[in-house]
Amino acid sequence: MTVAGWETVVGLEVHCELRTRTKLFCGCPNSFGDEPNTNVCPVCLGLPGSLPVLNRRAVEFALRIGAALNCRTQRSVFHRKNYFYPDMPKDYQISQYDVPINVGGWLELPSGKRIGIVRAHIEEDTGKTTHVGGGGRIHEAGYSLVDYNRAGVPLVEIVSAPDMRSPEEAREYVEELRGALVATGASDGKMEEGSLRVDCNVSVRPAGSSELGTRCEIKNLNSLRSLGRAIAYEAERQSRALEEGRQVAQETRHWDESAGVTFSMRSKEEAFDYRYFPEPDLVTLDPPAEWLAEARANLGTLPVERRRRVAEAARVPTSGEVVATVVRLGLDSYVEEASFAGADAGLALRRLANEVAGELDGGAFRLGGAEFARLVLMEQNGELTSAQARTVLKVMVREGGQPEEVAAKLGFQAMGAGALQEVVDQVVAANPKEWERYAAGDDKLAGFFIGKVKAATGGNADLRAASELLRQRRAGKAAAGS
Amino acid sequence: MRVREEGPADLSGATGLSAQEIAARVRGGELSALGVIEEHLARIERWEPSVHAFNLVMADEARERAAAIDALVEGGADPGPLAGVPVALKDLLCTRGAPTTCSSRILEGWRPPYDATVVKRLASAGAVIVGKTNMDEFAMGSSTEHSATGPTRNPHDLGRVPGGSSGGSAAAVAAGFAPLALGSDTGGSVRQPAALCGVVGVKPTYGLVSRYGLIAFASSLDQVGPFARSVADAAAALDAISGHDPADSTSLPGPHESAASRLGRGVDGLRVGVIAELAGAEGIAPDVARALEGAAEALSSAGAKVEEISVPSVTYGLSAYYMIAPAEASSNLARYDGVRYGLRMPGQDVTEMYMATRSAGFGPEVKRRVMLGTYALSAGYYEAFYGKAQKVRTLIIRDFEQAYRTFDVLLSPTAPTTAFALGAKTADPLTMYMNDVCTIPSNLAGHPAISVPFGTGDDGLPVGAQVLAPALGEPLMFQVAEVLEQAAKGQAK
Repeated sequence: MTVAGWETVVGLEVHCELRTRTKLFCGCPNSFGDEPNTNVCPVCLGLPGSLPVLNRRAVEFALRIGAALNCRTQRSVFHRKNYFYPDMPKDYQISQYDVPINVGGWLELPSGKRIGIVRAHIEEDTGKTTHVGGGGRIHEAGYSLVDYNRAGVPLVEIVSAPDMRSPEEAREYVEELRGALVATGASDGKMEEGSLRVDCNVSVRPAGSSELGTRCEIKNLNSLRSLGRAIAYEAERQSRALEEGRQVAQETRHWDESAGVTFSMRSKEEAFDYRYFPEPDLVTLDPPAEWLAEARANLGTLPVERRRRVAEAARVPTSGEVVATVVRLGLDSYVEEASFAGADAGLALRRLANEVAGELDGGAFRLGGAEFARLVLMEQNGELTSAQARTVLKVMVREGGQPEEVAAKLGFQAMGAGALQEVVDQVVAANPKEWERYAAGDDKLAGFFIGKVKAATGGNADLRAASELLRQRRAGKAAAGS
Repeated sequence: MRVREEGPADLSGATGLSAQEIAARVRGGELSALGVIEEHLARIERWEPSVHAFNLVMADEARERAAAIDALVEGGADPGPLAGVPVALKDLLCTRGAPTTCSSRILEGWRPPYDATVVKRLASAGAVIVGKTNMDEFAMGSSTEHSATGPTRNPHDLGRVPGGSSGGSAAAVAAGFAPLALGSDTGGSVRQPAALCGVVGVKPTYGLVSRYGLIAFASSLDQVGPFARSVADAAAALDAISGHDPADSTSLPGPHESAASRLGRGVDGLRVGVIAELAGAEGIAPDVARALEGAAEALSSAGAKVEEISVPSVTYGLSAYYMIAPAEASSNLARYDGVRYGLRMPGQDVTEMYMATRSAGFGPEVKRRVMLGTYALSAGYYEAFYGKAQKVRTLIIRDFEQAYRTFDVLLSPTAPTTAFALGAKTADPLTMYMNDVCTIPSNLAGHPAISVPFGTGDDGLPVGAQVLAPALGEPLMFQVAEVLEQAAKGQAK
């Protein structure tokens, strides 16, 4: 992290591949993992004489993304971004420049903080180059292989404001954005397949300053983990440099995952002049009002809305960590179902965020919603103790099944009220001094008695019921004594 | 009368039939398409070595296609409105499986895997593609001298240029190699060679004809247009290739009125404005100016109201064009990098390979314009050059709109001079660029214009008169052009 006295400032550029059936400007399949150069045609190969025709579905997805990010949507223009690279068939990329489709929005993080969205524009993806030999870089390679299947795949690039202040916050933003993009149906959110790619701008400044420092752009961030590590590394590198009286050069840096460092790719002096100009092969994009209305209608339920619903059901604050966890893991429907079945939604929420979340390791997940709701009810009604309920729940996550049957199989049965009363009476009788103090109002002793009850019953007692019995007994004594 | 030896422009030995006559007779079974194509191929064999109109003559394919059309007719089917009509294609229109070179080394060996939309439309109209014609490399030039395959010569005088960039197509029609040809017009590349070769040449409204499969020079200006030996044939050809194409986003939604719909109506009562800034432009030769006066008088005596009109901003057209067209070209021609198709020269790494390939593959005029355009788009210069040129474009559109409030069509010379000698202007690009001064404004405005032969210069060579019309004003434009054509014939008698 930064040297003390410096603040980290992060802005992110996220490229999101759209889940259209076909590419942005032609009818070739938009699909990942096919044989190289099989999903190509004159248009996406940029053959002489070919012309682009905009995919309507891509525009719809872009509009949904704009709506999800609270952006203003405008009449927009495509530009050509000119530079030479073998994986770019036309040696220019069709993108949007000074008049993008979506501008000026925000994304609300689970913490409640809003991150500004500068723009979310449409552009085409490039092909994929594999440099063979020479450490995988183009100028040292023996030869290079190019796969144009990805060339022309539709992207929306989402540019955030420099509003994030830590690696954790940057990760939180990407996770939240990913959730929103998946909710709109525009993206499958798969970072590992490159359908969500993150570039990151990092700068540091003296804590309390409102001016931005010189930033570096970091590329090659393939996971949330590398994003967090790269920001931390970069913030430390920059703050140390400034601390030592050196300057930070504005440049693009490459993240080396195995070495855990960033290194310089090219400096601003060598930066490309992209010679942007309006793409004459396309007309102004002016989606009719119905498209926008349709986009809003098909938005899906965004994570922020899901958190609101869960928090409301459980009567807890929206910005709570438990709520965020449950929504991030996609377990919120369980809260809703439990709440609908009359179970305590707050208890359901805790069980999900702790026991269920702890069991999620990518293995079998067989928990049914109605079954979960019944389990919560059983715990709540004292049919199972908390410890029992937790054990049953873990089994249900792995193996499925009805809570009653799982509990019976494990030999769990909450003690009947009479039996529990008996145990409480025994424990009180065996510890008269402690009882005197508890009866005199020393509440600390409650824990002592509950511990005794737990030990005496081997964990099969409903401890909440036991403390209730203790309280009643004290109240009864007080009443009898007066 | 000047006595001349038999030459390629002397059509007395040719069929003498117009495209429409050929089509009518082929459809009626009176003439075989194969016979028509044989006759044209014979003429090509006789004169092509002197003219060099073609980069590729597709004799076998043409015979096969003609035989298929004859079979259709025999079977009682109608091959279409251009049945059996030989058509020559400028070598920047993609033809599936047949080399398409733009007269450039850089596309050496490339065969497009698809047909341009206009090529498909010609095929479905029953036309027979006879070959691919020579041009200035990537359509950059006004003389067809900037070609990797050598210059095309003017059929009227083999020591002179045919104009350009579609000089091969113009020469092919003038020499009777085909009654119709297609070219592309970015700043005058159909109309100027039409004028210099004494044929009719059309630049349609931007978006009327699909650009899909037309290899781009300057995308916002390029339009495919026909050459013919008569106004009516040109209209028929335009009707065959025009119409909405979903593969071209800049294609106008149809349907459109037929370009031939107003033929035969005369010009009585029409208002014709002679553009003062072009008729009197610096560099317009006195014989061309005289011919234009003759054209104005002819329209006037046919009943049109002819007056001079000022369209001030057209004088900036040439400068604006030489910012916009090279800028777009610099981007359009980036893809010729040796990676995927065409020429590839060896290099130590990818950058060297790019440089070696492009240095060897492009001729000097293409390099000049790519550099011009790259500069015009550079950071810090964009507004001063490209941005300002776009503003001129807006001004020209506005001035034309103003003019069309008073006039139905406008009139100007097509080219400043008659055909010039080979090599006369290659050393001085600016003099060469001046050839397009009268034709460029229509491209910048996106409006249609046509060049019709009208009279001859002091050297006995053809002069063209240009009729300009507002967007989608083709029917009116052809109506006026036809009257000029008739008047010109009357004068020649």
